[in-house]
Amino acid sequence: MIYRRGQKVLVQGMTGKQGAFWSERMREMGTDVAAGVNPKRVGQTFLDTPIYGSAVEATRHTPCDVSVIFIPPSMAKDAIIDAIDAGIGTIVTLTEHIPAHDVLEIFARQRVSKSRIIGPNTAGIVTPGEGFVGIMPGHNPNIFKPGRVGVISRSGSLGTLMCLNLTRANLGQSAFIGIGGDPIIGTTTRDALMELDRDAKTDAVVLVGEIGGAMEEEAAEYARTMKKPIVSFIAGRSSPPDKKMGHAGAIVTGGRGGYASKRAALEKAGVQVADTPAELVALLQQVNVTKMSAAG
Amino acid sequence: MNLEEYAAKHHVLVPAGVPTPEGRVCKTPEEAAAAVTAIGPSVIKAQVPTGKRGKSGGIKIAKTADEAASAARDILSMTIGGHRVSQVLVEQLCPIERELYAAVLIDVASRAPLVLFSTEGGMDIEEVAETHPDAIRKHVVDIHKGFGAADAGAMLKGLPLGSAAGAIGEVLAKLYTIFQDKDAELVEINPLALLKDGRVVALDCKFVLDDSSAMRQPDLAKVASPPKMTALEERGAENGLKFIQLDGNVGVLANGAGLTMTTMDVIDHFGGKPANFLEIGGEAYTKSEIALDLVLSNPGVKSLVINFCGAFARTDVMAEGVVKAWETLKPQVPVFFSIHGTGEDEAVKLVRERLGIEPYDFMEDAVKAAVEAAQ
Repeated sequence: MIYRRGQKVLVQGMTGKQGAFWSERMREMGTDVAAGVNPKRVGQTFLDTPIYGSAVEATRHTPCDVSVIFIPPSMAKDAIIDAIDAGIGTIVTLTEHIPAHDVLEIFARQRVSKSRIIGPNTAGIVTPGEGFVGIMPGHNPNIFKPGRVGVISRSGSLGTLMCLNLTRANLGQSAFIGIGGDPIIGTTTRDALMELDRDAKTDAVVLVGEIGGAMEEEAAEYARTMKKPIVSFIAGRSSPPDKKMGHAGAIVTGGRGGYASKRAALEKAGVQVADTPAELVALLQQVNVTKMSAAG
Repeated sequence: MNLEEYAAKHHVLVPAGVPTPEGRVCKTPEEAAAAVTAIGPSVIKAQVPTGKRGKSGGIKIAKTADEAASAARDILSMTIGGHRVSQVLVEQLCPIERELYAAVLIDVASRAPLVLFSTEGGMDIEEVAETHPDAIRKHVVDIHKGFGAADAGAMLKGLPLGSAAGAIGEVLAKLYTIFQDKDAELVEINPLALLKDGRVVALDCKFVLDDSSAMRQPDLAKVASPPKMTALEERGAENGLKFIQLDGNVGVLANGAGLTMTTMDVIDHFGGKPANFLEIGGEAYTKSEIALDLVLSNPGVKSLVINFCGAFARTDVMAEGVVKAWETLKPQVPVFFSIHGTGEDEAVKLVRERLGIEPYDFMEDAVKAAVEAAQ
């Protein structure tokens, strides 16, 4: 779930307005955009890229490591299952509002495959200095710069702000993993945390959560076992209960999914939780100083 | 999207062959009296899309037409959980032997459907899970295999249900079919009653339609209870914007759900109170003009924070909408900007030149200034 330079990317829905715009941005940053899918434009070349009728057909000509889904909700299920059938390792699903039962079908297929799904409703993944996949401003050097802090975020906009703040404080990032704002997603906070724990290029983790679900609590169980320092911010402390706060997954119902439980679980696991985004950077700087003085 | 009890029974359970008591929806005490004359002693139940009807006095028993009229008169004057009661369900009183619980829902942890059954009906399933965990049976469904009567039989094995086990298993299998065919997030029968005459009937029903599936379930979407919204929230919804009106005085306009929640949190952190949630990220980022109008129409607003951090959403497009709306509306409230990300340079230039306002570098500083201005 960390993009590496040289990995080939298939863009499903490349010829659409957003698919085209973001394919160019990805390429600007060095992402290897290798092929596109649009059944109506088979055999054509678009942005100097071959277009195929399906992911299965595309990978027969150009094996791809990653696929990114720029497909509207009603057709997203077929596109993702196509990518699974093509044996693509990582499927970055940007689409929001996929019908819930389509999501269940997607995961029933994914479960018996080797594919990993990131999202749905993710803004993508960014590896500064290597490339990005999705709709993040990965190509903007004011926001992302290479470094050793791994960032996990359910939200694209808030994740962007966190990376911007880190970059302004001269704390570069080893990877940004956008996991998505839906209640059912393929890569959870805990999965992303485990990946950054394994990643030799990551020294510390910023965990950006939000109200709803129990992913932060599950991640906290793993965080307890980690040596790498983790700092966190959880959005939604002041949100009213029983309302979906924009993301389908961000809702507090029947007292579950609330801010206090997430914060308590993380703090109990030794994770420092910031009250504001700026404070998160300050906490991380302290962690860095402590670590350096401990080492020296 | 929730269906009230009657809609869930009439449009979901009955067509699928799940037995329910005979009942009629009534809008007046006279109708309720006539219903009891026709079907005999009944339960009169408020039809509102919320639980806790019983505790609020929204459910009464009526043995005669007079009792029915009086009970209906009481209930029809109630407001339960913020919902005005405009109709009651008059349903034949059934002699109950035992109350059970049955549901099928989307299980986030297993990313699959979950069938739930409990021998302790009539109470909240979470409560049962804590007090009588042995009473609950769970079955995670492999959707490629489905869930039929045989699976239900295996699931119920060992529970003291006697000769009713078969009928209950059939209800569970039908509930799963409903769940699959109707794009349900949840279909719950609580209580599922075993009657003294041996029949198994659904006394209550809750059905939640997946919001993202409303387009392919138009008939159910039509009979779902309209969400409770303020006039401004309705205006937002008509324009495809998720606007939630709150009781604070600092207006919020930001892109993306996470950043918007965070802006509210930071307002709260500095001692202020947010006046709304409104995100214009995703596909909505071109709607900043109507969005600004919505935020400013909220009568409590004394100051405004505009916080953009563009990824997918282009800040120059959002800023242009805001500037245009500002020039048209000429609002008197002070506004504080923080703008970063995609299109930042153009956006900052627009705000600086057209509105004469200098955006703050950090959102915390913009929020702090807005909270102070609102006091």
